[in-house]
Amino acid sequence: MQLTIESLGCERGGRTIIDGLSLTAAAGEAVLLTGPNGAGKTTLLRTIAGFLPPATGTMRLTDVPEGEPVAEHCHYIGHLNAVKPRLSVEENLAFWRDFLGDSQREAGHGSPEGIIDAALDRLGLLHLAATPAGYLSAGQRRRLALARLLVAHRPVWLLDEPTVSLDVASVATFAGVVEEHLAAGGLVLAATHVPLGLTRTRELRMGAARVAA
Amino acid sequence: MSQLWALLKRDLRLAVREGGALGTALGFYLVVVAMLPFGMGPDLNLLARVASGVLWVGLLLAALLSLPRIFDADLEDGSLEVLATGAVPLEGVVAAKAFAHWLTTAIPLALMAPVLGLLLNLDIAVQPVLLASMLGGSPAVSFLGAIGAALTLRGRRGGLLIALLVLPLCVPTLIFGVSVVSAVVLGTGGAQASFLILLAISIASLAIGPVAAAAALRIQLG
Repeated sequence: MQLTIESLGCERGGRTIIDGLSLTAAAGEAVLLTGPNGAGKTTLLRTIAGFLPPATGTMRLTDVPEGEPVAEHCHYIGHLNAVKPRLSVEENLAFWRDFLGDSQREAGHGSPEGIIDAALDRLGLLHLAATPAGYLSAGQRRRLALARLLVAHRPVWLLDEPTVSLDVASVATFAGVVEEHLAAGGLVLAATHVPLGLTRTRELRMGAARVAA
Repeated sequence: MSQLWALLKRDLRLAVREGGALGTALGFYLVVVAMLPFGMGPDLNLLARVASGVLWVGLLLAALLSLPRIFDADLEDGSLEVLATGAVPLEGVVAAKAFAHWLTTAIPLALMAPVLGLLLNLDIAVQPVLLASMLGGSPAVSFLGAIGAALTLRGRRGGLLIALLVLPLCVPTLIFGVSVVSAVVLGTGGAQASFLILLAISIASLAIGPVAAAAALRIQLG
């Protein structure tokens, strides 16, 4: 699996944010997008996720069925958590499992309930499973959003400031989750100002030199 | 399909837990209809004659109140972005959400209409016809309304703009919905033809609404 971006250009409100960006990321690789505010980190992630049409250039993902858009193989964790305050922690996650998950591909991963419990346990939310998400703290809500990554399998993770409002221990836990995903042949693009403590990472500095091999 | 079922289930569950929105719509409907006899005087024959039109207009206005809710909350908490990355096309997402709106808002309003009909001296024998016309015509309100809701998502005071966008689109539904009832009241015949046209408008809205609203949502997400 390999994500190839060729001379990508993005415009926002008539202003060119990204111009001629090329990037190749192979399975097992994490690309950290860094750069000052307004450098286009979020714009790049949102373009890959399919929310913004690219002005120029192409995006390709190898080893996926022909004609399927890249976005369908991506998890997008944006600034917002996509958590419903009136649903319990478990119900929130169960919905995303049902909506994002691919039943055929995940048949071998144990029972559907097992996936939820395992994901909540991994991120330290299991004891809150029955609590309405509206009563969670900001950090717990963020962890619930990140748990989405574990309940449906998608090879590409697009993470926009994933560790916002997480405590130190949770950042370490999350780094472990990302490492496991990479080890399993996944691909991560993360915009972050915080060092995630990952081993196999490459940095793409945006706003300065815009080309990375 | 299982994804759409999951989305529909979630929206229904949220609607039940946030029951206040439906209460507001039903209360609004009651107040609008109850105001009429005060404004027009207690002429029972006159009230019975205008009843079906008033009940239909009231239903449209009350349903309009709740239209912004179809997408607002999902945009604010980021769910809409994640829904857009799903394997289900955005058109399917819109259809499931509009269908949930019909089930949780339009049907309760339609079921309340016969009760309000009593306030307006609507003949009891006509009430099943009124109910049938509303159940047959209201899908158009939810599915055309979804277009307005999607277009006005990021706008301030979107509620008023929705009324401007959606009410004109609902005129055919209103005309044929009322004409079903008045054809039965006046005994002029043609009720069946009007009802079939009403259903046709609803079916056309089922086809057009999701496509148009999804196009609008893509612009809003960008």
